[in-house]
Amino acid sequence: MFGYEFYIDPSRCIGCHSCLQACEECETHRGKSMINFDFIERRESITSAAYVCWHCDEPTCAQVCPADAIKKGDDGIVHSSLKPRCIACSNCVIACPFGIPKMMEPEQQMMKCDMCYDRTSVGKRPLCATVCPSQALAYVKPENIARRREKPTNIFYFGEQKVTTKVFMMAPAERDAIALDVIDYMWEKKHELAAPIE
Amino acid sequence: MNWLRRSSSEPLWKEEFSVRTADERYVTRRQLTKFLVLTSFGMFVGNLWILLRSLFYKTPTFPRQTVARLGEIPVGGVKLFTFPTQDDHCILIRISENEHVGYSQKCTHLSCAVYYSQESNRLECPCHKGFFSIADGSVLQGPPPRPLPRIVLEKRGDELVAVDIKVS
Repeated sequence: MFGYEFYIDPSRCIGCHSCLQACEECETHRGKSMINFDFIERRESITSAAYVCWHCDEPTCAQVCPADAIKKGDDGIVHSSLKPRCIACSNCVIACPFGIPKMMEPEQQMMKCDMCYDRTSVGKRPLCATVCPSQALAYVKPENIARRREKPTNIFYFGEQKVTTKVFMMAPAERDAIALDVIDYMWEKKHELAAPIE
Repeated sequence: MNWLRRSSSEPLWKEEFSVRTADERYVTRRQLTKFLVLTSFGMFVGNLWILLRSLFYKTPTFPRQTVARLGEIPVGGVKLFTFPTQDDHCILIRISENEHVGYSQKCTHLSCAVYYSQESNRLECPCHKGFFSIADGSVLQGPPPRPLPRIVLEKRGDELVAVDIKVS
């Protein structure tokens, strides 16, 4: 939109939580943060990663929705569930390969990052990208991101499933796509669990 | 209903549960034409049915029924009766020495029972103040949309006989 694209580089994330706070200021879901924030290998490191919805070209969340509540606009933004339709079944929460949708229990509605639709639809930058001090979340023009050492990619493989997205992930320059084996990441070997902290 | 669908290679569930907002209300020209043809055909058949019904409609005839004897009620007096069935309540009023009128007692607004008001000489419905003329049952004021159905009376010797209902 307006020549800007969203780029996520978790290796730049310093874990400052600015994006989480800024997201709560968004007009479309005030008081609720839609940023997904994770500590990676928390026991061994302080590495963190903040990321927003990837806005898939063929959104799995919308495909599995039994109530026809999740819609993708012409500009490629996958919106929060439509309140009159959402039945709070959490199908999307389970199905999304990135783990983005959030079930808001008090509202009984799924809500997710809509890339600050009130701002990006009129040419402004999303709030998280405006506050990120290390530009791990960056909303810039493609020629600006090309100066970085990493290369943006929007092709993901989750086992057999190929997902192409609107939002780009910064990957090592020699990689064209990012392949993730979720089950492998979730697997914890016995000795790993028993290993003492050094 | 496959023939009403737009021609596409997508399975039905993808069409019904479209992911894109623009697809949700998208109707092809062919679909619209089919819809128009179908609905106008439906309207035509419906109108034909109404036409045929009115052509072959037979006015129902009612069994004659003795309502009262002449002089049974005084001038300005009232007698309640049922005609043509036990569930159709009617009111008979003697408005002058030789004149009797009969009306259905069911108000045409919401079916309350109307009564005869002697001092204002009209039929009144107490529910919503609907007043009917005593002369022909027409609405004088209030919400009733139609006049009261009139019972056609005949004199047979010294008896009054209800023969028909006139709905106007």
